[in-house]
Amino acid sequence: MSESSKEDKMSEDKKVIRCTVCPTGCEITVENVDGEVKIRGFGCKRGEEYAKEEFSAPQRIITATMRVENGFLPIIPVRTENPIPKESVFDIIREISSIKVKAPIKVGDILIKNIHDLGINVIASRDMPIKT
Amino acid sequence: MKSLDVDIAVIGAGSAGLGAAIEAKKQGMDVLILERNDELGGITLQCIHNGFGLKIFKEEITGPEYIQRFIDEVKELKIPYKLDTMVIEITEDKEIYAVNKKEGLLKIKAKAIILAMGCREKTRGAINIPGFRPAGVYTAGQAQRFVNIEGYLPGKTYVILGSGDIGMIMARRLTWLGCEVKAVVEIKSYVSGLIRNQVQCLEDYNIPLILNHTITKIHGKDRVEGITISSVDQNWDQIVGSDEYIECDSILLSVGLLPENELTTKAGAELSTNGGPVVDNYLETTIDGIFACGNVLQVHDLVDNVSAEAKRAGENAAIYIKERSNKEQIKKDLIKIVPGINVGYVKPDYVNFSNLENLLHFHLRVKEPDRDVIIVIKEVNKIVYQRVRSFVIPSEMIEIRTKFKSEVISPNCRELKIEVLPVSLLEVIDEVE
Repeated sequence: MSESSKEDKMSEDKKVIRCTVCPTGCEITVENVDGEVKIRGFGCKRGEEYAKEEFSAPQRIITATMRVENGFLPIIPVRTENPIPKESVFDIIREISSIKVKAPIKVGDILIKNIHDLGINVIASRDMPIKT
Repeated sequence: MKSLDVDIAVIGAGSAGLGAAIEAKKQGMDVLILERNDELGGITLQCIHNGFGLKIFKEEITGPEYIQRFIDEVKELKIPYKLDTMVIEITEDKEIYAVNKKEGLLKIKAKAIILAMGCREKTRGAINIPGFRPAGVYTAGQAQRFVNIEGYLPGKTYVILGSGDIGMIMARRLTWLGCEVKAVVEIKSYVSGLIRNQVQCLEDYNIPLILNHTITKIHGKDRVEGITISSVDQNWDQIVGSDEYIECDSILLSVGLLPENELTTKAGAELSTNGGPVVDNYLETTIDGIFACGNVLQVHDLVDNVSAEAKRAGENAAIYIKERSNKEQIKKDLIKIVPGINVGYVKPDYVNFSNLENLLHFHLRVKEPDRDVIIVIKEVNKIVYQRVRSFVIPSEMIEIRTKFKSEVISPNCRELKIEVLPVSLLEVIDEVE
């Protein structure tokens, strides 16, 4: 996403966010009125914080699979160590899908360092022993 | 035929089986795990998304990471297990017949058995969709296994029937892999799965959720070419003239899960309406020394809750072996737990009268969503427990943990009823009384 379109998104002045903190699913309205963020409709403090983040910089953990050479299985589940900006989701997945790793692998092993220059690693979600 | 003796045999090495086996082993028992798959871990291995572990580990991790911790613990505790081993029969006397390629037929005599076989997805047959029988119709969990474990993509354009959690999670997974998910079609007027999944799996990617609709025809002879969806009325009857055609090459069914209890039934244990075995507060089935936990008992929405239940089953099976040799007395005073207004089912089905003062765990699901409700436990018309909730929905299991003071429940109580009532209705009842 280019810088200019990113700015367009930031200036988006009103958003209705469905809260996912708990099952109640409050509909929270976040509004940017002359630079001041106003939040309405939240049921709790955690919901207010969630809506604030979802409005200004939505983030997601990405979970995917990578191809494995010589593994007990042909692919291994992986995830980003921390949440990444929502707008980078597809770029990150494309990069993860394009790389092949070698067994054996232990859960938590770093498989891609600093993906997409975000300062975030992609780690293994399970052990992957060698094919026997 | 090879035969062996163990204290506790655990059937299934998923989150329930591993959790129960670990706890039983920690209680000093000689445990054996039997698993039909070629590795330990069960279905949690294919749930590669995050959202696991918040209750048990106080951090958010993926399914494989979650189950890896249990697999590691099983190995550290040196609990023996047999993979590629299919249990074919359990008897009332706690004899297990199993087969595998290496050892052939096995007979395992156990002092106690823990059932942890999990559940199965409802298939096309269970919901009767008319049309041909082309390739391209999968259950959501089956597609999940193809995509997340075996590395195959079952199709390119999808329609998902049913808004269960696995279906919605697969919608996002397939979208991430470059497939097109045209719609999630739900017969009910509300989503079946968790709201979090509706938002983060469907709304994030503009995947339409079509409520009050179902698939009324599958098109295509050799391969799915498309489907017809129709809107339904309150009785789920098709509304004439509401048909709409959607082109797709694959259909995923996410229409519910059923506890897998063929072995349980064969052993002679009673099942209750939810498809799981009837159990008491020890999670013991109607057969002495056979316990059940996890999705074979009741379909859970969080694996963390499966682990908690499994731990109790493991502990209770150990107590059974160690202390309850003279169980006759305990078993005599069973109180039946009955689902009442807006309660689909409750576990356990019975509570031992002598355990009323111990901490009891009840799990239930409501039949219909509701707001501002009060959950009550009643002995005839006397309320012995109550709790207010602002929101209830069938997809969220409700847990009640409580102890009863001895004077609250009468000594000849035979039945307790659990109901989920609108707060307003309760006020009316009070006035009448």
